[in-house]
Amino acid sequence: MAWIVLEKRAEPSLAMTFLSPLVAIALTLASSAAIFAALGKDPLPAMHAYFVAPLVDPWSLQELVVKATPLVLIATGLSFCYLSNNWNIGAEGQYVMGGIFGGGAALAFHQTGSPLGLPAVIAMGALGGALLGSIPALLRIRFSTNEILTSLMLVYVAELLLDWLVRGPWRDPRAMNFPQSVAFDVAVPILVEGSRIHLGAALAVLACCAAAFVLGRTMKGFEIRVIGQAPRAAAFAGFSPARATLLVFALSGALAGIAGALEVVGTMGQLRPSISPGYGFAAIIVAFLGRLHPFGILCAGLLLALSYLGGENAQIMMKIPLDATRVIQGLLLFFVLACDLLVLHRLRLARRGTA
Amino acid sequence: MNWAAAGWTGLSTVPATQAPVPVYTAFPMSDALPDSAAGTGGASQHRVPVMRAHGLSKRFGQVVANDRIDLDVAPGEIHALLGENGAGKSTLVKMLYGLLQPDSGHVEWMGRRVVIAGPSAARALGIGMVFQHFSLFESLTVAENVALALPRAAADGLAGRLAEVSRQYGLRLEPDRPVHELSVGERQRIEIVRCLLQDPRLLILDEPTAVLTPQEAEQLFATLARLAAEGRAILHITHRLDEVRRICARATILRHGRLVATCDPRAETPASLARMMIGADADALRRDEAPPAVGEPRLELRGLDLPAPSEHSIALSSLDLVVRAGEVVAIAGVAGNGQSELFAAISGETRAGTAGAVLLSGREVGLMGINARRRLGAAFVPEERIGHAAAARLRLSENAILTGHALDARAGAWIVDRRGALDHVDRVSEAFDVRKGRRDPEAASLSGGNLQKFVVGREILRDPALLVVSQPTWGVDAGAAATIRRALVALARRGAAVLVISQDLDEIFAIADRIAVIHDGRLSAPIPAGRMTAERLGLLMGGAQAGAEA
Amino acid sequence: MDLATAILLTVVTASTPLLLAAIGELVVERSGVLNLGVEGMMIMGAACGFAATLATGSHVAGVAVAMLAGMAMAAIFGLLVLGLVANQVACGLALTILGLGLSGLVGQGMVGQRVDPVGPVDIPGLGSLPVVGKLVFGLDPFVYASFALVAGTWWFLSRTRAGLVLRAVGDNHASAHALGHDVRLVRFAALMFGGACAGLAGAYVALVYTPFWVTGMTAGRGWIALALVVFASWRPWRLLFGAYLFGAMSIGQLHLQAMRGALPDFLVLPGQFWSALPYAATIVVLVLISRSRGRRASEPAMLGTPFSPDR
Repeated sequence: MAWIVLEKRAEPSLAMTFLSPLVAIALTLASSAAIFAALGKDPLPAMHAYFVAPLVDPWSLQELVVKATPLVLIATGLSFCYLSNNWNIGAEGQYVMGGIFGGGAALAFHQTGSPLGLPAVIAMGALGGALLGSIPALLRIRFSTNEILTSLMLVYVAELLLDWLVRGPWRDPRAMNFPQSVAFDVAVPILVEGSRIHLGAALAVLACCAAAFVLGRTMKGFEIRVIGQAPRAAAFAGFSPARATLLVFALSGALAGIAGALEVVGTMGQLRPSISPGYGFAAIIVAFLGRLHPFGILCAGLLLALSYLGGENAQIMMKIPLDATRVIQGLLLFFVLACDLLVLHRLRLARRGTA
Repeated sequence: MNWAAAGWTGLSTVPATQAPVPVYTAFPMSDALPDSAAGTGGASQHRVPVMRAHGLSKRFGQVVANDRIDLDVAPGEIHALLGENGAGKSTLVKMLYGLLQPDSGHVEWMGRRVVIAGPSAARALGIGMVFQHFSLFESLTVAENVALALPRAAADGLAGRLAEVSRQYGLRLEPDRPVHELSVGERQRIEIVRCLLQDPRLLILDEPTAVLTPQEAEQLFATLARLAAEGRAILHITHRLDEVRRICARATILRHGRLVATCDPRAETPASLARMMIGADADALRRDEAPPAVGEPRLELRGLDLPAPSEHSIALSSLDLVVRAGEVVAIAGVAGNGQSELFAAISGETRAGTAGAVLLSGREVGLMGINARRRLGAAFVPEERIGHAAAARLRLSENAILTGHALDARAGAWIVDRRGALDHVDRVSEAFDVRKGRRDPEAASLSGGNLQKFVVGREILRDPALLVVSQPTWGVDAGAAATIRRALVALARRGAAVLVISQDLDEIFAIADRIAVIHDGRLSAPIPAGRMTAERLGLLMGGAQAGAEA
Repeated sequence: MDLATAILLTVVTASTPLLLAAIGELVVERSGVLNLGVEGMMIMGAACGFAATLATGSHVAGVAVAMLAGMAMAAIFGLLVLGLVANQVACGLALTILGLGLSGLVGQGMVGQRVDPVGPVDIPGLGSLPVVGKLVFGLDPFVYASFALVAGTWWFLSRTRAGLVLRAVGDNHASAHALGHDVRLVRFAALMFGGACAGLAGAYVALVYTPFWVTGMTAGRGWIALALVVFASWRPWRLLFGAYLFGAMSIGQLHLQAMRGALPDFLVLPGQFWSALPYAATIVVLVLISRSRGRRASEPAMLGTPFSPDR
């Protein structure tokens, strides 16, 4: 009887490391077409609206960058966590916290016109995210508490805190009881004339490059990778998993916080009860899709931003519900994980051995 | 095969009156065993063998693990399966137990040809196997562990049968104790009872005495004798020749996947048996007869006390030890008596209670971490190659950085020194003949022996003042083992202090100048190798107090 | 019905979906698999169950379809994690995202629609007893099912051979494999059970708790169920206690809001605080049990560790 057998390779395949995400993307595209058909929509125009149209229009290309910015920032931080086996699932909460702290700074500098406003927003955003991120780290270090659950619970806490602030103390008194804060006047510089691409995009690229350098070339990056792969060997090398845990959680919290602060003060211009269409969770997909490598994350962030834009586009043009975007993102992650296997194993037809 | 490099190959140059040093000379040969069918060697030849293997072959990719092996075991016979590491014993036995399927050849059971599709089929036939690594469940009780090894129907009425088997074969067990509380010997008893409850006609044991004290091994031999007397066949995998000559009626010897001979071990001498196992004589390791010139103390342990961090660990009590420049000190002991805890205490992976408990070249380092100790000239090689000494998915150069970054010339450098690491890898590969596919492959792609040579070599080539190494040649082929042992002795002769923690007594006698024994977290006073006998060593390992010198 | 009974009944309805989802995940984790996709399975169960009831008018059909939907989601997870040995954390998240999206698609045409809620069971005679009547004998069938599942799980794990094998697989899958037990089959079966329970929990939310369709109506209960399993140290009876504790906390804040006028000022905190309390409390509980040795002993040693038999 023939059987498909997974045979372990002697060494990870370099070719597959680059190809497997592409295979995953191809499979996702095929599945998307099937889903559109199942929804009763003509697959080809739907695929076009989703994946091609946003790339053709210059305005939407800019929007691609706008949407990719927070994803790349957050995912870069997450890669540090995942490489060192720290499962930070609470990036969404850290993003929200950054938005809160950043918004708070903007409120403090409101109508002052001070040039310190922007640096304060960024700094406070980083601080807010880092503080929230430190909690699961400290609990893991001190009590061996599972960081997946603690970081996740804090997402809800952060969201509820935002909800309370926006409906309560920080609500704009002139907004007719609408739950929103005043419109901030701290200016976040726009990088490309006439678009919404702001400083955050430059920071995202900068963060990417810095992460690539740190992870690839420095002792700290080496330390992080070893701790994730072989904790006993890391201890043998004198590395401290506890210090690393705190560092990566604080770092990824800070990056997520900066993303949140810039989104709130820059793109949105004010605080509202909901400031994230799930960026924190989408960033997890981006991190895996980018194979936890900063440049891969850059590409993956653009790809996922494409799926967001495409979703909005398809909804307007073909009335395809926005939930389809989530389905496609979920499928993409599944396919990436499945194809990941091909890097370490090869598929082979084999016969069941008999004597 | 470790003791190829040990004293025995020096037999050709040693007068006949001086016997080689096998493991358990404390126990008289052969006479003490009750007469079993195995003792009357000739009779078993005429009975239908319980199991007969014809021409079994198995290959894994390019490697031929077994090449047309023939083997048969008669009822009531204790049959030895001998061979070096990598000779193919495990593969053969896995095929007999159904864990692997042979590429060619067949097996006959009680004269009938059978296909053993898997372990449950093997058990149904009446084959039981006790592995070297136990398949136990820590959080479950003894009774539950036994039940899991039996088919569903047999699990009824288990408590009673468990008690009966325990009593009948002298294998004491308490059914309701969770396994994580038990000692290694007790855990092995669970494995044996699991097999016995299925009434096997053939019992296969894989290196059963590797983890036992001499006294526990004695109990095992008595049990085996009882089983053989009942007419059961026993296939005993081992590399201990004295054991084989003591309890086994016949031996099948494998080398490099091929059958070399089937013989009566008592008709052979240890030398001839070993020669069959290894083939050409391996490099003789010359022991200096003169005691080495020793210098100042490089490592001192003063009353080292370390509480056990978890329930599976051993606490260290009042350890005293001095290792001087120029000598090799070996610490012998059965696995699980505190060796890893001791290693961690010396390396700094576990800090001592007080700074003065551990000294390196006179400096108090008890509270210092591992890199601080490295900067004082110490180097370490832990027991586990993969996962501890080296990370499997890292390249050799990166593994070199693991232990070397503390000593980097540009101390505090935060950029990884790729070039320097690659140079180091090249030098180690050259000096220690490390066979690898490429210049800088992942650690996991090296064979055990080659990786061990790299891991030892990367420390030795940094010219440490003190080298502490645990199980230097475990699971390593004879050639690599010889290389490593030579390097350790050479390092000491160049003026370094070398501390070896090992379970391999032949290795210890081959390279140590002084020998101490660790038992239950306590260290005996080191004795010059020349004055240590195997009997005394065995007793110390079993826990007897180190008394006044004989 | 007096106020106390009414309040207690709301605690029961708040706790039941948590209990249903958590008992399934408990069995899955005892077998050594960490399935973070409980929320995704639950919401799919809710959507599909609601859709089936809407279409057929039958609650039984709704429950059956809900359980099947949960099992189908679990099967996808199982294929990747058991068959392809993929990263369990990432797969669980993917399952949640997929479930949330798919349920939205399924629920497109149903927004705002209502079904008849599943009513309480009517046991003649017992139902009219004072106090106990409604509270113990007048609950809806899901609640009784949840208790039966807890009891059944306890009995299965501690008294049956299959349960012993499952515990063994979660303790040491290599040993279990060496002894000839089919690790992947056991885990897949556990996942199926987990999926069915999550689907059932989703059906409860959609057919009893809030008998009309709202996107994302499970509202994070799947995540709380995950925390519950750890809180209960992977033991069924403790899970029952934990579920009711958490349910009480989450519903308690609504009652406190309603009674705002009658309460002293310090209890009148913003609604968000009370909503956040279960999550914060979960963290505290997680810390407390991580510190105790009991958890170390009872956590399935193989939890989250992938299994690949020698090839």
